[in-house]
Amino acid sequence: MTVFLQSVISGILVGGIYALIGIGLTIIFGVMRVINFAHGDLLMLGMYTTWLVFSRLGIDPFVSVVITGPVLFLWGAFLQKTFINRVLNALPQNQILLTIGLGLIMSNSIMLMFTSDYRILTTTYSSSSFSLGGISISEPLLVGFLITAAITGALYWFLLRTDTGQAIRATAQDRDAAQLMGINVQAMSVLAFGIGSALAGVAGALISPTYYIFPQVGSTFTLKAFVIVVLGGMGSVIGATLGGLIIGVTESLSAVYIASGLKELVVFVLFLGLLLFKPSGLLGKTRA
Amino acid sequence: MLQIRKLNFAYGDLQVLWDVDLEVKQGEIVTVVGANGAGKSTILRNVSRLVRPASGSITFEGHELSHVPSHKVVEMGIVQVPEARRIFPEMTVTENLRMGSFVKATRKDRERNMERVFSLFPRLAERKSQLGGTMSGGEQQMLAIGRGLMGNPRVMLLDEPSLGLSPLLVRNIFEIIKEINRQGTTILLVEQNVYQSLRISHRAYVLETGRVVLSGPGAELLDNAHVKKAFLGI
Ligand SMILES: Nc1ncnc2c1ncn2[C@@H]1O[C@H](COP(=O)(O)OP(=O)(O)OP(=O)(O)O)[C@@H](O)[C@H]1O
Ligand SMILES: [Mg+2]
Repeated sequence: MTVFLQSVISGILVGGIYALIGIGLTIIFGVMRVINFAHGDLLMLGMYTTWLVFSRLGIDPFVSVVITGPVLFLWGAFLQKTFINRVLNALPQNQILLTIGLGLIMSNSIMLMFTSDYRILTTTYSSSSFSLGGISISEPLLVGFLITAAITGALYWFLLRTDTGQAIRATAQDRDAAQLMGINVQAMSVLAFGIGSALAGVAGALISPTYYIFPQVGSTFTLKAFVIVVLGGMGSVIGATLGGLIIGVTESLSAVYIASGLKELVVFVLFLGLLLFKPSGLLGKTRA
Repeated sequence: MLQIRKLNFAYGDLQVLWDVDLEVKQGEIVTVVGANGAGKSTILRNVSRLVRPASGSITFEGHELSHVPSHKVVEMGIVQVPEARRIFPEMTVTENLRMGSFVKATRKDRERNMERVFSLFPRLAERKSQLGGTMSGGEQQMLAIGRGLMGNPRVMLLDEPSLGLSPLLVRNIFEIIKEINRQGTTILLVEQNVYQSLRISHRAYVLETGRVVLSGPGAELLDNAHVKKAFLGI
């Protein structure tokens, strides 16, 4: 029982960060109908930003979220304005090629600058944990989760309660109708891509004390983000939140009860199984 | 107030509007009637700048709209209630109405406008937290018009508001359009319900395959032999 609880809790802690990655991807998809295959590379940039400010300026990775977030926001907004905006009405395969290309440019530029060496960001608390009723909880993961929860809460508030947040949702639900409300949908797209990148970047910052940092680290996360978003229902923020938690817990349980090397496989089997019965995902709408 | 001159428009190679001239004066209800595919919605989409014309000009109070982006058109007071209502399906009635007053200058009137909408459509007041996508066609139409009113329109463009409504509701909607106009909003209406719409219109245009073939006071067109034959089956 303790083992079970233990792995559920670690799963939730990691799942919170997965959720952040998924939410970013789903917001971008919702507003622009573009699947951002560079999403993991944005997360990778978040990791490197965190590593840089840590190793050069000594800023703690969790504190550096206030730098990583805005930096990635601006970078994402720039990508949207200069590149993505041009392919909004293009064929899906062209959009995919563009975002894959942007991702490759990002990972290879980082490789050029910092080599493909694996970096480890060692903090005093990187491997510290505390025990709660026999369950050991990793400190960096817990802090990461709390920051994630705060950011997710703020994001929900923004999307549900503010005029700009509602305008982003309106643009996602009906772009033409949003224009007829006086919403500048181009600006909303830039904002959405900025927010999506910022979330990926923040997720990168939060996992950097516990993951290896290297230029190609993004690809696994792109795939993971995609699974989360499809699982939750494309475009659904609540779905991505749930999807992230589910994937986190599934990985953690299968690492304990099946084999740690098979956890990704279990996730994909679960994923395909669900799609077989509910192709639109957990909270997705079947679109015409 | 709103002036369209020699408007030509094509979807790709398919020319849809041919030299359309149309004028709406302050305080009027002006209707464009025409069969399916005549190009009625296309005229409104050009005014709202969702599409760009091939040639011709559209001016609003003397301002040429050809370089104005669509969200600025709304800020100028031209508010469209689009065909098929286009309610935000996953937003509540209240949220949909709030989006209607997204334009900054209209936000201060939000509470007052919402009261006005609820008094015009008491049904909406009973369903404030229902999701737009789960409402009936008639309710969605009320919500679409209400959402349009939230933006303090100076000219309201209405695209087939009677489409798909029960006969009783159709009469009701036209009464409400008249009432909105009486309260000071100029109206450009696009309709296939020729009888009801001409009855409430000050002036009207008949559009056939993208060309204006007739125009005049609503009552006069109701008596016109061609209109009777083509649209009223008399
Ligand atoms: N997006 C589009 N691409 C290509 N052709 C289009 C498009 N939208 C409309 N059309 C064509 O343009 C013509 C005019 O369409 P429009 O929607 O303006 O007609 P309408 O008078 O509003 O008809 P209805 O009463 O059925 O709404 C039609 O022949 C239609 O098939
Ligand atoms: Mg139409």
